[in-house]
Amino acid sequence: MKAGSNLEKILNSGLFAVTAELGPPKSADVTVIDKKAELLKGYCDAVNLTDNQTAIVRMSSISAGSILVRKGLEPIMQMTCRDRNRIAIQSDFLGASALGIKNCLCLTGDHQVFGNHPQSKNVFDLDSINLIATLKKMRDEKKFLGGDEISSDMPFFIGAAENPFGDPFEFRVVRLAKKIAAGVDFIQTQSIFDMPKFKKFMQMVCDRGLDEKVSILAGVIPLKSAGMARYMKANVAGVDVADEYIERMAAAGKKGRDEGIKICIEMIQELREVPGVKGVHIMAIEWEEAIATIAEGAGLLPRPTV
Amino acid sequence: MIVAERKPFSEILEMVANYNKILVLGCGTCVTVCYAGGEKEVGILASALRMARATKDKDIEVLEATITRQCEYEYVDPLKELIDQVEAVISMGCGIGVQTIAERFPQKMIYPALNTKHMGVPVDQGVWAERCAACGQCVLHLFGAICPIARCSKSLLNGPCGGSEKGKCEVDPANIECGWQLIYDRLKQLNRLDLLEVNIPPKDWTTSRDGGVRKVVREDMKK
Repeated sequence: MKAGSNLEKILNSGLFAVTAELGPPKSADVTVIDKKAELLKGYCDAVNLTDNQTAIVRMSSISAGSILVRKGLEPIMQMTCRDRNRIAIQSDFLGASALGIKNCLCLTGDHQVFGNHPQSKNVFDLDSINLIATLKKMRDEKKFLGGDEISSDMPFFIGAAENPFGDPFEFRVVRLAKKIAAGVDFIQTQSIFDMPKFKKFMQMVCDRGLDEKVSILAGVIPLKSAGMARYMKANVAGVDVADEYIERMAAAGKKGRDEGIKICIEMIQELREVPGVKGVHIMAIEWEEAIATIAEGAGLLPRPTV
Repeated sequence: MIVAERKPFSEILEMVANYNKILVLGCGTCVTVCYAGGEKEVGILASALRMARATKDKDIEVLEATITRQCEYEYVDPLKELIDQVEAVISMGCGIGVQTIAERFPQKMIYPALNTKHMGVPVDQGVWAERCAACGQCVLHLFGAICPIARCSKSLLNGPCGGSEKGKCEVDPANIECGWQLIYDRLKQLNRLDLLEVNIPPKDWTTSRDGGVRKVVREDMKK
């Protein structure tokens, strides 16, 4: 055991893991987190707390994660390289650990041009691969990047993202291998809407034996409407929504949300059979209610206790 | 070369609103080549200022000059006689030029007419693209001679983020190429993709601006 988190135990036991996502509020309102947490509790093994995703200011992932710990849910704090240099990042890792957070997803971070403060200065002192290596060093060597010793344990289960659909496609597996070399324990992928391409990616992963070295959780997003599907296809770089899904959502009309959940369940069932996939990461964006239905429908309940 | 672009005319006009006799000073090097502050642009700006002020019944006398380089004392110092005649100077040099003029003529206000953009290259007629961020510790040999610090919007050293699509950067797909796609394509062509399998450790930014104001000192050349 590296961190002893629930997610780590589930994956170590060979069980199919389920993680979900909780977007912290654009306010200091704890009740927002309370409500969302209630919708997720018991339906997943751990919950991602996004770190000012799409560069929009929200409650910090560490604060929200700390609130989840108090409520008995397991957080996966996200940490990006956009807003902090290596001093602030390491300081936040210490604080997060002190608050009982045991999982961290190491990300590069969305560029600030997409958010509500496009005039801001970005940092990118480290990149996501440096970030993984930094946290691993803190955990395994009990040392800061600068070499000073840390006089406490730093039990973190280290995660990272990978986008199998970004370009250059052939380089994505190499990038995954670099993250593994840096010390990553688990991967959550970008949302999958192109199953053949994802399977091709996983084949390349398995060909290099990388599935033996890291636990890969396949990312899915339940669609709410045909409009959302078209928007994502057109505007989110690295996300290509297959026409099949757009057509099904359009045909469902006002029952789009039901169809979105149905598609998501079918995808999870298909993903379970893909060699190398050890779990799913369900990103129900501002739709946490969907998680219980999806987990139930996909036969993922009850969540095991380990 | 240093690439610059002229500020909006109204901004320049406002800067010199209270002067009656000024010098518009061009530079014959980088900013001449990028059509921002050479002899021709000096003539255009000086005429525009005269006309704008004349229409307000507040005539201004505008002298014009262009020197070889505003960033070297030996070209700047001979300007003394000219600058003594005016109340202020509008420099059409880059940020370095403006500061060099100010340094040699401490009694005068020097105003910038240009926005200095970057260190780059003319890639097409009327298009100048950034190439170097002057980080102070060149890493081009690791990336097939394409700089990820200057040409990736996030200066990533270990490969592209998820926002690279069809060779474009998601920050501005119409105008920014993904630097990492360029690096990948070039190393693939050179059969050197092995270079990209290596994990690059956190960069030491002390040689960049982060280490404080920089100065190059060659002991062997000092007097």
